[in-house]
Amino acid sequence: MSDVVLSVRDLSVEFATEDGVVHAVDKVSYSVKRGETLAIVGESGSGKSVSSLAVMGLIRGNNAKVTGEVHFAGQELVGLDPEEVRKLRGLQMAMIFQDPLSALHPFYTIGQQLVEAVQVHEKVSDDEANARVETMLDRVGIASAKQRMDEYPHQLSGGMRQRVMIAMALINSPDLLIADEPTTALDVTVQAQILELLRDLQKEFGTAIVLITHDLGVVADMADDVMVMYGGQAVEQSPVRELFYQPQMPYTWGLLSSIPQMHASSLKLDPIPGTPPSLINLPKGCVFAPRCTYKDKVADGLCLSERPNLLAVTDTHAARCHMSVEQRADVRRERNIGKVN
Amino acid sequence: MFPYIIRRIMLMIFMLLLLSIVTFLLFNAVPTDPARLTCGKSCSPQIIEANRIRLGLDKPLPVQYVEWIKGIFVGRTYGSGTQTFDCHTPCLGYSFKNGEEVTVMIKQALPATIYLALGSFILWMVFGIASGIYAANRKGKWQDRTIMGITLVGYSLPVFLIGLMMLLFVIVRWNFLPYPDYVSPTVNPIQFLQTMILPWISLAILYAAYYTRLTRSQMLETMSEDYIRTARAKGLPENRVVRKHAFRAGLTPIVTSAGMDLAGLLGGAVITEYIFSLPGLGRLAIDAVKEYDLPTITATTLVAATFIIVANIVVDVLYAAIDPRVRLS
Repeated sequence: MSDVVLSVRDLSVEFATEDGVVHAVDKVSYSVKRGETLAIVGESGSGKSVSSLAVMGLIRGNNAKVTGEVHFAGQELVGLDPEEVRKLRGLQMAMIFQDPLSALHPFYTIGQQLVEAVQVHEKVSDDEANARVETMLDRVGIASAKQRMDEYPHQLSGGMRQRVMIAMALINSPDLLIADEPTTALDVTVQAQILELLRDLQKEFGTAIVLITHDLGVVADMADDVMVMYGGQAVEQSPVRELFYQPQMPYTWGLLSSIPQMHASSLKLDPIPGTPPSLINLPKGCVFAPRCTYKDKVADGLCLSERPNLLAVTDTHAARCHMSVEQRADVRRERNIGKVN
Repeated sequence: MFPYIIRRIMLMIFMLLLLSIVTFLLFNAVPTDPARLTCGKSCSPQIIEANRIRLGLDKPLPVQYVEWIKGIFVGRTYGSGTQTFDCHTPCLGYSFKNGEEVTVMIKQALPATIYLALGSFILWMVFGIASGIYAANRKGKWQDRTIMGITLVGYSLPVFLIGLMMLLFVIVRWNFLPYPDYVSPTVNPIQFLQTMILPWISLAILYAAYYTRLTRSQMLETMSEDYIRTARAKGLPENRVVRKHAFRAGLTPIVTSAGMDLAGLLGGAVITEYIFSLPGLGRLAIDAVKEYDLPTITATTLVAATFIIVANIVVDVLYAAIDPRVRLS
């Protein structure tokens, strides 16, 4: 299919540390199409940011090892000359980050930072670059863009800074935008504006977006497909509706039931007990088994002894769980998770 | 920006005032009679008293202080009637030991000190910053470890040891250079360079070691900042990321240290000046201490401390130039 912008297969990232090898990302596969959004969901340390940094070629250091395949712009990025990957960054793939204040350089003006993003990839005059920056700032909803270009990041509000980041990421019309928790550091009202802006720009430019988040509300709002990550692995992958209506994996259930419900009879949240696993000593069995309430439903302690594969439930839906599809459906009914038929 | 500088200048004036009072009191706190020190061992009480009156030491302390300060700004005349002596602006006092105005002595000593300080400053900044950035970019590799090892040695060696070793080997043993004999660069540039090169290097070794470590740690700190990741995500080449984004952000502490260290050296590098027989401020101050030359001690202290205070404000202004958050707040 020609409209697949990014295709990742069996991507793994390992870091050698003094305490042992950290398996930050373990054989993750996904693809994103032009104009569509893939949300990668998971808690801190689940490998969602690291996997995207690996795609961008931003995993550095001698102790890091990236394996697998990353097909992008007709090239295989894993193992490609870093200089070639650099040329793609900012031009064909771009990234925005969680905290726009720390992600913008405090000593350079907005204009300087955006003009630099233009001129690093294209030999254009200062005047032309400035004009393009102004147009782009205007496009992302920054009023009086010309004046703002002479201002420094600390003079702008949080929402405006993120708009600047988005403008900087999209100024060269990249095919792929990786948004790493783009709204986490923002006020709720500003969050909605930023998401709307991203959607609008996606429509206009046809950008493929990989959206990293832990906020399922954002997922429901933005995503076409979802990948749930836990302990460096993809534990469930599906189109967004299916994930909310027929979640297949106890960890996803946990995520869904830890969302505060506006109309719930009980005000108590239902958190997932325990903490994420250490990425150095991953459990031998299912990575989620130590926290899973349902591991006894599977015979022979299989959950603790054998790693489940990412198995297809439907053509588009896959999950990593030893329970049978019927057992999962029972639990969903019992706990009133998803869409109960 | 402007109010910020004004505020800094006001503070500087206040500091200078405070400083002048402290140095003045220091002069008077010495457990000897300043008038007694104006003449040799066989000194009659009449002469002592005459000198006391001539120098105004008989007056109350506040009056003496005001006269001293006034002397700095408008000059002063010692004595009265027919036996008067003019001390020209800025008058920092009169040294009986040397039979000379202190200001004249300081003016003579200043060039050697300035050349010494500036020369080694340039050397250590260039080498320190360059090797600091280089080491940071190769953190953990053998290049980094070698540089860190060398700087540890350089930083631990006392300056007198480095200076004496250089003097001993380069000049005395190997005769690579003639014995140090300071002349003004306008008189004999070759001899000037031959004299200054070793003092420059021996001071620079010490400071370069420190600035290498400082630059390295600053670079390592800023290289892990989010905006460096952004710069890379933009597709900037790595050397541009390092020079334009990381170094600029880590510059502030380096500028602070550089300003203070240069100012400190301008007040006189006592040991180095002594080892290499440079007629600078540090030497003047130590000679004055040895001879109990009170006006000279006070004046050199005042000059050295003034350098520090002025450097402080220069650094503050540079801060504002580097960091817009300072400038615009």
